[in-house]
Amino acid sequence: MATRKTAAKSNVSTDELLSYYRDMLLIRRFEEKAGQLYGMGLIGGFCHLYIGQEAVVVGLEAAAEEGDKRITSYRDHGHMLACGMDPNGVMAELTGREGGYSKGKGGSMHMFSKEKHFYGGHGIVGAQVPLGAGLAFADKYKENGRVTFTYFGDGAANQGQVYEAFNMAALWKLPVIFVIENNQYAMGTAQKRSTSTEEIHKRGEPFGIPGELVDGMNVLAVKDAGDKAVAHCREGKGPYILEIKTYRYRGHSMSDPAKYRTREEVQKMREERDPIEQVRGMLLKAEVGEDKLKEIDKEIKEIVNASADFSKESPEPALEELWTDIYADEIPQEVN
Amino acid sequence: MATEILMPALSPTMEEGTLAKWLVKEGDTVSSGDILAEIETDKATMEFEAVDEGTVGKILVAEGTEAVKVNTPIAVLLDEGESADDIETSSGGDATKSEQAPEPDKPAAQQPQAAPEIKAADTSPDWPEGTAMKQQTVREALRDAMAEEMRRDGDVYLMGEEVAEYQGAYKISQGLLDEFGPKRVIDTPITEHGFTGIAVGAAFGGLKPIVEFMTFNFAMQAIDQIINSAAKTLYMSGGQMGAPMVFRGANGAAARVGAQHSQDYAAWYMQIPGLKVAMPYSASDAKGLLKSAIRDPNPVVFLENEILYGQSFDVPDLDDYTVPFGKARIWREGTDVTIVSFGIGMRYALEAADKLADDGIDAEVIDLRTLRPMDTASILQSVKKTNRCVTVEEGWPQPSVGSYISSVIMQEAFDYLDAPVINCTGKDVPMPYAANLEKHALVTTEEVIEAVKKVTYK
Repeated sequence: MATRKTAAKSNVSTDELLSYYRDMLLIRRFEEKAGQLYGMGLIGGFCHLYIGQEAVVVGLEAAAEEGDKRITSYRDHGHMLACGMDPNGVMAELTGREGGYSKGKGGSMHMFSKEKHFYGGHGIVGAQVPLGAGLAFADKYKENGRVTFTYFGDGAANQGQVYEAFNMAALWKLPVIFVIENNQYAMGTAQKRSTSTEEIHKRGEPFGIPGELVDGMNVLAVKDAGDKAVAHCREGKGPYILEIKTYRYRGHSMSDPAKYRTREEVQKMREERDPIEQVRGMLLKAEVGEDKLKEIDKEIKEIVNASADFSKESPEPALEELWTDIYADEIPQEVN
Repeated sequence: MATEILMPALSPTMEEGTLAKWLVKEGDTVSSGDILAEIETDKATMEFEAVDEGTVGKILVAEGTEAVKVNTPIAVLLDEGESADDIETSSGGDATKSEQAPEPDKPAAQQPQAAPEIKAADTSPDWPEGTAMKQQTVREALRDAMAEEMRRDGDVYLMGEEVAEYQGAYKISQGLLDEFGPKRVIDTPITEHGFTGIAVGAAFGGLKPIVEFMTFNFAMQAIDQIINSAAKTLYMSGGQMGAPMVFRGANGAAARVGAQHSQDYAAWYMQIPGLKVAMPYSASDAKGLLKSAIRDPNPVVFLENEILYGQSFDVPDLDDYTVPFGKARIWREGTDVTIVSFGIGMRYALEAADKLADDGIDAEVIDLRTLRPMDTASILQSVKKTNRCVTVEEGWPQPSVGSYISSVIMQEAFDYLDAPVINCTGKDVPMPYAANLEKHALVTTEEVIEAVKKVTYK
């Protein structure tokens, strides 16, 4: 893929690299496990895996500060793990159990954490874009200096409400980063078959929103771009667009026949561009021993296995839960 | 320990499939992500990938086998240092019980119902006896309600088309920009879908937005955000967050504006769990209900009517007058028939009741005020007294608010009915422009009178 790389700073510390490695590996292993549980019938309905795209959320979370918000679409497991939500609670929501983030009532596409400022998990393509601008609207209203990361895909980038949100976000200088996770396929439709222009990051230009293209397989490039976008928003200059070119190794959802791209294309990306392997290479070069990496692999495997166990052991929600949380009695308190 | 590879479910509905082709053979080393086999479901042929790494120790189901049940072991993967001899053949057919998805444990009929239990009707007065009253239009009452709540709570703000500098397309927000400034009274571009989404997001973020739709006809552009984002999030988040906000504006027919600007959405929004719906008739209810709506922690759809904006009513002269949701108002007590209505439908209902009185028919007239929650207790209590009911609304008949009321009465008070309930509704046609046709397309007072005479066999 022809990607202009955003130059990555070279002064990244080994500790930072280790933390990116760990966070990306957690998402990868978690998603593999979710795929497995889906195959066993423990997870139902739709399940959209994030495998291949890990560097996007891990790089941007590294640019975020406490209190910043994030909102995304239905391919949301990676975002939740990256912002520090508990893998047990996420996996138990996937299996529809009481211990899940939404008590089993939301499922894969609808999870939230007020504590971690994660505002979903939305199942309607593009709907989260004005919602994200609205979160930023609330922050600007409260003058709290926070920034909202609003994630959507190359497919959603063709939705009309995205441009309505661009217009108002620019008009009102909202502190929102529009993150276009361009994995190059809108479900099974390649970008060139669905999108009139190749450079989606330039679609903010008519609204006066700066945008840039970022190599989404390189976590350091994503982090640098994130830093720049965050600074722009915090300075009160309004929204920023990051088109992060990435790749989804798995199907759109679990029931994807994969007829729209070749196995070779996927294999080539995995072998040559894998975000985790890239960091692994850097760590080995920095003389972090294989042992250290194996230790991390083992630790991650344990976390993921524990989440799978929890998600099987947690009971199904009580039938009374059918009738709760339809109306609130009082406004839930803000967590700051 | 050897790991069994199970026949996967590859779609939400798959129960069995064909193991079309093995892409590995016994003795092959595989790692996570390698394609093991091709599996044919009812929808497509799909590749099945390895999750764990190891050596393929044994293939248990040969390629070409059809109707392989989900969760059947199809192969065994060996860890480092294990050999095929270590394999303990498991049951072969069923997967281990504990690994399976739980069965739904009870049939639906046994599920607990938060069924609307029929409470006694609340007939307490809306204001204390002796309260001073003042004459106000619905327009002024709505403005006062917003102004009072904006003074009370800094997180309440108003956004919509022409709400600020223009002072409101229907002058409902007159003076608010002057008092509260452009931060809290915000003109939006004409992009309902986008600004509604922004308002819902702002509500998630801790504000209490009031969204004005110039008319509810334009809210159809934004209905996904109202229903999918605002109404459902509290449930989908297990109670963690919701959208405390108000969607308000003119609803229903105005005069001579044609089919696209004349729809009554009462029955649409009334159907949605998670939304509350108010449709006031009088100025005092407009004021009291809007104040309650702004304070409510849930999303409220507040349906106003352009024709009523200029009508004056008595409004209690109190510092903080609110009306609770789910409490109907009995405008006129009577013994012969119950007329149930709401919003502008009340005009026809009250006019008909006056004329019927001249004919010696004593009608009780109930204004529902809110449609969700709906005060069915007051309706039932009245019907048990009068044994007859007519509903009145401007919206379409299939289905109408009245058809829901009819079903409640049939289920809860069937034995009390002396005649079938009649629903007086707007005609089942898009709104015509011509003055004579438009008048006929709406419900008319004569039709209400006729319906009452029919149910009272007069």
